[in-house]
Amino acid sequence: MQTSTDRNVRGTSGAQKPRSAAAWSLIGLVYVLGALVLAMPLVLIIATGFRNGLAAWLASNLEPDTLHAIWLTVLTAIVVVPINIVFGVCAAWLVTRFRFPGRRLLMTFIDIPFSISPIVAGVVYLFLYGAQGLFGPLLESFGIKIMFTVWAIFLVSLFVTSPFVARELIPLMEQQGSEDEEAALSLGANGWQIFWNVTLPNIKWALLYGALLCTARVIGEFGAVSVVSGAIRSKTMTLPLQIELLFNDFNVAGAFAAASTLTLLAVVTIVAKGLLENKKGG
Amino acid sequence: MATAGTIKRKHLLPGFNLTLGVTLSYLVLIVALPLSAMLLKTAGLGWSEFWRIVSSPRAMSAYWITFSSAGAAAIFNAFFGMLLAWVLVRYEFPGKRLIDALVDLPFALPTAVAGLALVTLFAPLGWYGQFLEPLGIKVHFSQLGIIAAMAFTSLPFVVRTVQPVLEDIPGDVEEAARTLGATPRQVFWRVLFPLVLPAFTAGTTLCFARAIGEFGAVVFIAGNLPGKTEIVSLLIFIRLDEHNYPAAAALATVLLAVAFLSLLLTNILQAWQLRYADKH
Repeated sequence: MQTSTDRNVRGTSGAQKPRSAAAWSLIGLVYVLGALVLAMPLVLIIATGFRNGLAAWLASNLEPDTLHAIWLTVLTAIVVVPINIVFGVCAAWLVTRFRFPGRRLLMTFIDIPFSISPIVAGVVYLFLYGAQGLFGPLLESFGIKIMFTVWAIFLVSLFVTSPFVARELIPLMEQQGSEDEEAALSLGANGWQIFWNVTLPNIKWALLYGALLCTARVIGEFGAVSVVSGAIRSKTMTLPLQIELLFNDFNVAGAFAAASTLTLLAVVTIVAKGLLENKKGG
Repeated sequence: MATAGTIKRKHLLPGFNLTLGVTLSYLVLIVALPLSAMLLKTAGLGWSEFWRIVSSPRAMSAYWITFSSAGAAAIFNAFFGMLLAWVLVRYEFPGKRLIDALVDLPFALPTAVAGLALVTLFAPLGWYGQFLEPLGIKVHFSQLGIIAAMAFTSLPFVVRTVQPVLEDIPGDVEEAARTLGATPRQVFWRVLFPLVLPAFTAGTTLCFARAIGEFGAVVFIAGNLPGKTEIVSLLIFIRLDEHNYPAAAALATVLLAVAFLSLLLTNILQAWQLRYADKH
């Protein structure tokens, strides 16, 4: 399931200046489609979001409900990303440094959340912790409520983004092999020393890259969160849910202000991704 | 399982027990347990009840709308993705780096934002809608809108799977074909395309799978009319809203089965790609 999000930055050696008319017409088609399909949506969101000036954009984002949604979105990322970094590193260490029966099956299993649709991800959590679910009634009797609280948002975000870090680390660590670590071991280093001083410097850019993709997905997750959040204003609304709410309330200006905030984050993500790809490739 | 002794000998580095423990407990708690909870719920329905729900006319039309739209989106992205990959790998032209970066936009942009952008562009008075509506092309609140939303959010898959394969094809493969008298068209169809075919197919399958599951972008633009623009994800959401949990569980199980089938298919395609790469 490597979709080459981990591709190295491409060399330009194979690329040539277009000479034939056919080449130029292909490039022209890419310009037109690229502008219509990719650039226009971006331009539209930014232009509409900032239509009434920076002050109006800021005021819309500082509306109490929207501000709370921003805070909850950031909080979710702060909780979820570190946990999935730890999981991703553990899983990658396990499947690339050891050979054991069931290893390939485990690798497939790690990838599963990636291919499950967001709505289904939300539904499976509902049937675990909801009132109709497996554990819901039991937890309820202890006074613990998970569904329709921020805990459900954290859990479902953990599920959806659990493969992101592992997927970046596994191919890299497989390719690097374990000679460096084995050398450190023979020199008397213990496990933690090996990890901090040998492995981590080798994988730090890929780790950061995986964490970046994980963060972007946590911030933008819509379907799964909308099933489990219950959409309680100023309690369980994340920023993407808030956009839908504002839009359905015909508060188009508010929806675009919130959307442009997320879009700016997406642009920062793409720029950071480009920089990290250079580091990884170099 | 091998005995502890053989594991010790095979495993030079420390941390096997720790990472195995962390990985397995996390996967069980976060992935396996919730999945089993839902499958248990579905199993509790019994076969005839399950079949009644998943074959109801409303569900059938939701499958048709979802799968045909995802198919159309995958076909669009197969062409556009192949074109983008080809042009980005083969030619130097102004704005190349910008377009390459923009390809990542659909993955970086939250789907709700993509949906908001598309519904505004295609609204009757929107930037695109004002030209399309007079021609009788209705994208807003129609199946075309669903296709547009699915195509946008799954756009990077084909580009990003084909691009690295196309880059790795050595220049002499093509030169050899040329010296043997092949026309550029023959070089592409007989030499290059077979080499990227496994990656191309894998990318298109991923694109199709992602489009089937897409929800955020679609709900903004589809208008959600039962039997017309209601996708499976949305029908599940509506059943939950009506507290009809058995129906939601059954329909979600269908989507889950489709996801597993496409995961299996992608794995097979990737194995094919690796075998191909070894041979050449």
